[in-house]
Amino acid sequence: MSKENTGGGLMGWIDARLPVTAALEKHVTKYYAPKNFNFWYYFGALSLMVLIIQIVTGIFLTMNYKPDGDLAFKSVEYIMRDVNFGWLIRYMHSTGASLFFVVVYLHMFRALLYGSYKKPRELLWIFGMLIYVCLMAEAFMGYLLPWGQMSYWGAQVIISLFGAIPFGIGDAVTLWLKGDYIVSDATLNRFFALHVIAVPLVLIGLVVAHILALHEVGSNNPDGIEIKANKAADGIPKDGIPFHPYYTVKDLFGACVFFLVFFAIVFFAPEMGGYFLEHANFVPADPLKTPEHIAPVWYFTPFYAILRAVPDKLMGVMAMGAAILVLFFLPWIDRNPVRSIRYRSLAYKVLLFSFAIAFIVLGYYGMQAPTPTGTFISRLCALIYFGFFIGLFFISKAEKNKPLPERLT
Amino acid sequence: MMSALFKPMKKMIGKGALVAMVSGAVLMASQSTGVFAAGGGFPLETPRIDTSNKKSLQRGAKAYVNYCMGCHTADYHRYSRLASDLGLDEDDVVNNLIFTTDKAGEISKVGSLMASTMTTDYGRQAFGVVPPNLALTARSRGEDWIYTYLKSFYRDDSRGGVGVNNLVYPGAAMPHVLWEQQGWQEPVYEGEGDEKHFVEFKQVTEGTMTPEQYDGLITDITAFLSYLADPIKQTRHRIGMFVMFFLLVLTGIAYLLKKEYWKDVV
Repeated sequence: MSKENTGGGLMGWIDARLPVTAALEKHVTKYYAPKNFNFWYYFGALSLMVLIIQIVTGIFLTMNYKPDGDLAFKSVEYIMRDVNFGWLIRYMHSTGASLFFVVVYLHMFRALLYGSYKKPRELLWIFGMLIYVCLMAEAFMGYLLPWGQMSYWGAQVIISLFGAIPFGIGDAVTLWLKGDYIVSDATLNRFFALHVIAVPLVLIGLVVAHILALHEVGSNNPDGIEIKANKAADGIPKDGIPFHPYYTVKDLFGACVFFLVFFAIVFFAPEMGGYFLEHANFVPADPLKTPEHIAPVWYFTPFYAILRAVPDKLMGVMAMGAAILVLFFLPWIDRNPVRSIRYRSLAYKVLLFSFAIAFIVLGYYGMQAPTPTGTFISRLCALIYFGFFIGLFFISKAEKNKPLPERLT
Repeated sequence: MMSALFKPMKKMIGKGALVAMVSGAVLMASQSTGVFAAGGGFPLETPRIDTSNKKSLQRGAKAYVNYCMGCHTADYHRYSRLASDLGLDEDDVVNNLIFTTDKAGEISKVGSLMASTMTTDYGRQAFGVVPPNLALTARSRGEDWIYTYLKSFYRDDSRGGVGVNNLVYPGAAMPHVLWEQQGWQEPVYEGEGDEKHFVEFKQVTEGTMTPEQYDGLITDITAFLSYLADPIKQTRHRIGMFVMFFLLVLTGIAYLLKKEYWKDVV
């Protein structure tokens, strides 16, 4: 805590009571980030920005939305037609939901590329994973709220997965989640409560923890070496630059490019061809009429494909859970001390890129109606998905790394 | 060796390429709306729908309130909004397009929702199912589906009640409301058993309209339903162009700002 800032004036008065200047310095103006951040490093700041978009648009949607089985669908159309710029707020929220996953997936892939989850950033990674799990819960419950056919049946299918848990526990859990024997008004009300209050609160808390943990250990970088190992006489890392103004202006540019994409979708293709807003969701929920083909929204489909790839329901649910859970253990599965892909073996590169391709292919087949070919490819990709972690555990101990540079390249 | 590959790739995925990639994806997505919900495999026709053509929308609105709205409600949308979007006076709408009544039995006010007068109970009794709200059908089933559906009714005496069937939606509970305009047609099939497939419709009795006029009528109805499903679309595109232009300029400025700040970072 620097004392010289607790001088006179209004700031001095405040700083004597609340360390505003010190906090700003620690987290923004004197937070030294590596100077070699590349394309992949935009997505952290962008995720934070999308979170803010979602919260603000969400607040305005809540003002006109009615969490009631009889009124919900109509209230969304009311927002779309009668509320001033309601369509814009709603499309920003729906597009934001999908793009949140786009930026978060890219952000996570960045961590895989440059080993950002490794010591000393294990907790940072775990907080990130918790954010991801929260985000999935948030998206899943939010998708029920428009009360369309896909909202309804998607929720029905996903909740019924918990029913696979044996010894009567599963049935009790599904009943507890739904608050009824079917997805109904009671379900809608509790999902609304969780979507607008409970999960966002947890999410914000986790984001704060994620950023605090980041600023404690410092940012990783594409070379995967510690900039703190090379400090100048004044204690500032030689390869570090203050986050503000360097990365604030850089992220401003990134935000502009993001907004170009975001608003192109909002204004010209809000349904994104049925991927962001599914066609069947323009039909009000009908408990008596199952749609021909129930598919979750695209960001869940890789895991949905893993679920369907396993012939047994309970095993499928466990595989799906494991696919997410295993990511938490990545810092201990990967035993290679070298972080960045730039200095790792060809074997790791092959593993990582097969993993990424398998994830995308799984996402594709999770959207399609099941076919024998699709199931076969899904199984293959599910094996590659889990094979990545198993393979990584074994190769990472004895990888032939390239020599690390002394300073950032 | 792969990292050598990776470095130029990273450069390539720079700003311009990214924008091109994503705008390509947006374009693809915005044009792929026709491929969903191909009703039961029956090939759908693609009408030329232009929701910026107000005359077409007005004709479609007239047909909708006359032929469809007796059964099919559209109670997400207001008559007054219809008037302003279609370039009509509210008085014209009141005098020509409002045939529904409110709960008190009075003719619906221009500011009210376009709710059909038919009760859901009556609908269920008469047709076995409540006639659906059509305000969003163009988004759930698509324009092509609506257009082809309205063209694919034929007499089917094996079906009690309506005595009509539809190739796009077999077993539809809806009678052929526009039979007077279209006349009756019957499907011509070729082949036997599994090979049996639909070839074309054969006109059996004349309608009051020529086939071309009928196609025009259902094009207008489809255009109107398309408007009804997404009434803000024209405005959205117009505002969107301004937003894109603004963002492009802002992105340029942000890029120069970044460059200026970063020129001393080595």
